[in-house]
Amino acid sequence: MEEKTENKAPAPVEIGEKKADHTAAKISVEQLNFYYGNCQALKDISIDIKENHITAFIGPSGCGKSTFLRCLNRMNDLIPGAKSSGRVILDGIDIYGKNIDLSELRRKVGMVFQKSNPFPKSIFENVAYGLKIQGITDQVILDETVERTLKDAALWDEVKDKLNQSAMKLSGGQQQRVCIARALAVKPEVLLMDEPASALDPISTAKIEELILDLKKTYTIIIVTHNMQQAARISDSTGFFFLGELVEFDLTSNIFTNPRNKRTEDYVTGRFG
Amino acid sequence: MAIYRHFDQDLDLLKQKLVFMASLAESMIFKAIKSLIERQDSLIQEVSKDEEKVNLLQIEIDELCLKLLALKQPMASDLRFITSAIKINSELERIGDMAVNITQRSSVLIKQPQLKPYIDIPRMADLAQKMVKDSLDSFIKQDVELARSILKRDDEIDVLKDQIFRELLTFMISDASSIPRALELILVSRHLERIGDHATNIAEDVIYMVQGKDIRHRIEDRGKPT
Repeated sequence: MEEKTENKAPAPVEIGEKKADHTAAKISVEQLNFYYGNCQALKDISIDIKENHITAFIGPSGCGKSTFLRCLNRMNDLIPGAKSSGRVILDGIDIYGKNIDLSELRRKVGMVFQKSNPFPKSIFENVAYGLKIQGITDQVILDETVERTLKDAALWDEVKDKLNQSAMKLSGGQQQRVCIARALAVKPEVLLMDEPASALDPISTAKIEELILDLKKTYTIIIVTHNMQQAARISDSTGFFFLGELVEFDLTSNIFTNPRNKRTEDYVTGRFG
Repeated sequence: MAIYRHFDQDLDLLKQKLVFMASLAESMIFKAIKSLIERQDSLIQEVSKDEEKVNLLQIEIDELCLKLLALKQPMASDLRFITSAIKINSELERIGDMAVNITQRSSVLIKQPQLKPYIDIPRMADLAQKMVKDSLDSFIKQDVELARSILKRDDEIDVLKDQIFRELLTFMISDASSIPRALELILVSRHLERIGDHATNIAEDVIYMVQGKDIRHRIEDRGKPT
């Protein structure tokens, strides 16, 4: 295992940044390969993802960034014919190891998708859904959690008087924040976001971005985005994927002002993609 | 697969404007020194007209850069190119100002008998002019080696300035009536030395633009502040 870690892109360290856990790797990926049948979608990915940081992944369509994101909470397990090798270590434990409780893993590593997908239920029921699945029925706990997570998702003020209204009646941006609140309600530690603002208007996008910046105090956030300006605006570190390879991983400021790899340079300047 | 970018046309336009501005600034230095050496009043007027063109170009280039930053949201080398262009634009405008300052000295000096044969001042002017030309060539060709050679030449120009000062000091000590003319000549050497500094700044900007490495204030030797 020593040899494997030598090739790993280390978590970037920013000059003058705070020490403590902020420099610790929350997730260590070691030589991860992933296949859809015979097609290799991820090639030998090694990377450290820091705690309480926003890590963004960019790259052209089909480069493997969403596949990589889904590997981090084993969502790809659900795809027939998919197989992987390598290790994904979350807090010191390989999530692809034996005896991993997948429900617990997905509670700890929550996910928000590109298209908001609220359940056809009330706002309250949507946010409380995860807790009820866990068997929590105490109304006080449910009320407190719904209020706290809606506040965390910067939605409380907009919906506090209509919690029993259907979530489907909210705007696209509000629906996405309900989904974020639903993910937060089960107290995750890592939040995976796959193009969370790509279907939203600029104002709703700005709200989601502000929310993501606020959430990083508490959560480790990993976001896949096609919008390079978005990655530049909100992330601390950025990785560039191309044809299943992690071409470059560095501080976001370096990726967008002075990337080391020619392919990254060509992609961020729009010379290919 | 490489993609054709309309953005490259905008960058080319920006480059062309800077090259034109640099050639104007370079010729202003030439004319300013010639006006002094050949005692030609008409050249002083020409430099003044050129300055107006340079000033207008400065505004035009700044507007273009701001437009490109706001509308194209450039990244990486494109971003470094545009931020460098903004800085180079300002350096070229200052070089134009320095040429005008030289003509102000010249207009005083050509009305009086020449204090001494001019030897070091034309040498210094050649050096400064060449530095400006090369700094822009290094920008166009993205030539880091050429840019680094300019940094070395700045020391030569400083040596010449000190030499001129020492020589003129002897004139002033031996004959008090030479003081006003000697001071004017010292100022000319000072303006040429400043032109060298501006060319050096352009060379530093070019190195940043090409390599993403900031070498200003000898930061390479001293390390970044923590």
